[in-house]
Amino acid sequence: MDTLNILLMGFISIVLINNLVFTKFLGICPYLGVSGRIDMAFGMGMAVTFVVTLSGTLTWLIDHLILLGTPLEVTRYVCFILVIAGAVQLVEMYLRKFFPALYESFGIFLPLITTNCAILGLCLFINLWGIDNLIEAVVLSFGAGIGFTMAICIMAGIRENLNLADVPDCLKGAPITLITAGLLTLAFMGFAGMIR
Amino acid sequence: MANERQATTSLYQETLIAGLWRENPVFRLLLGMCPTLAVTAAVKPALTMGLSVIFVLLCSNIVVSLMRNLLKPHLRILMFTLTIATFVTIADLFLKAFVPRMSETLGPYVPLIIVNCIIICRAEACASKNTLIISIIDALGMGAGFTLTLCVLAGVREILSTGAIWEIPVLPTDFVPWAAMRMPVGAFITLGLLLGLVNVTSKRMA
Repeated sequence: MDTLNILLMGFISIVLINNLVFTKFLGICPYLGVSGRIDMAFGMGMAVTFVVTLSGTLTWLIDHLILLGTPLEVTRYVCFILVIAGAVQLVEMYLRKFFPALYESFGIFLPLITTNCAILGLCLFINLWGIDNLIEAVVLSFGAGIGFTMAICIMAGIRENLNLADVPDCLKGAPITLITAGLLTLAFMGFAGMIR
Repeated sequence: MANERQATTSLYQETLIAGLWRENPVFRLLLGMCPTLAVTAAVKPALTMGLSVIFVLLCSNIVVSLMRNLLKPHLRILMFTLTIATFVTIADLFLKAFVPRMSETLGPYVPLIIVNCIIICRAEACASKNTLIISIIDALGMGAGFTLTLCVLAGVREILSTGAIWEIPVLPTDFVPWAAMRMPVGAFITLGLLLGLVNVTSKRMA
């Protein structure tokens, strides 16, 4: 029961309170780039969720079974980025075979998931927080993906309405998106301190 | 002969200056947003981050430019990433050894330089197509532009959140610090307004 409690708390905390986009500034590039339409945003969120769960789990395993306590620890970043690049390649091949329409609509953004800092960032945070339990690592990775999906979908919803708003010329495009994101983080700060 | 030399010199100068304003990585190309927002709560970490990025950018541009004729198209992004990861590991170990406190403040944002779009973008757009010298100058220009932007943003946020710059107080003592500036909100909104300002200025200049 206790373990379940910890896992649930960890999940809620990574989705709402320590949301990677709002509190850690990770994954800002796709967050600003792909959040124009809500269906694209949701597809992107799902792809990121899959990759982050897979690579969070794999990097935890590699870190604990091979690297930890050996001189090979210095190669950690190289190993992590290799795992992520491999996972993205896997998703790409899978989508091209089974969902060609979705694959077409993603275009360049799919390979760019490799350089999404949310994914490498999460692997590093799991390492930094000293998570020593495989199930916890899996739950945290999955939660991070869900949190990212939620953030990018909220943003896409706002931006679809923002198209109708009268924005000053010099703030059109990226600046107004950044200011909107700032106000969103203000809203999410309300969750801070809910779980210690 | 003299003309040719003059042309190369002006090409070098143009490449160097492009990174500072016309193709400024943060304001114009919107690259490298994560570190820009995350480490700019104060000037010191921002400058450390900028210098680390210059180091990694310079080394990776040199290596990529040297191996540009050996690259296979479908493997090139992977090769770029591995090169960058190696140099980031060096930078990270260096910071841990010589400025441990700063390394703690920056935390995971130093290893996150690996996925900083600026570096991959420069490897792809410049170093994999140009000669060694152009790549070096491009890395220096882009790196300087990035560092300068980071410092401007950090300066604004540090003054408003603590009334000090580089930890030296500059504002009168009855100034009430804006706590929000230290938080993510401050980062997003300051960058948004700065981008707006840059848009206005460049329209005036044109």
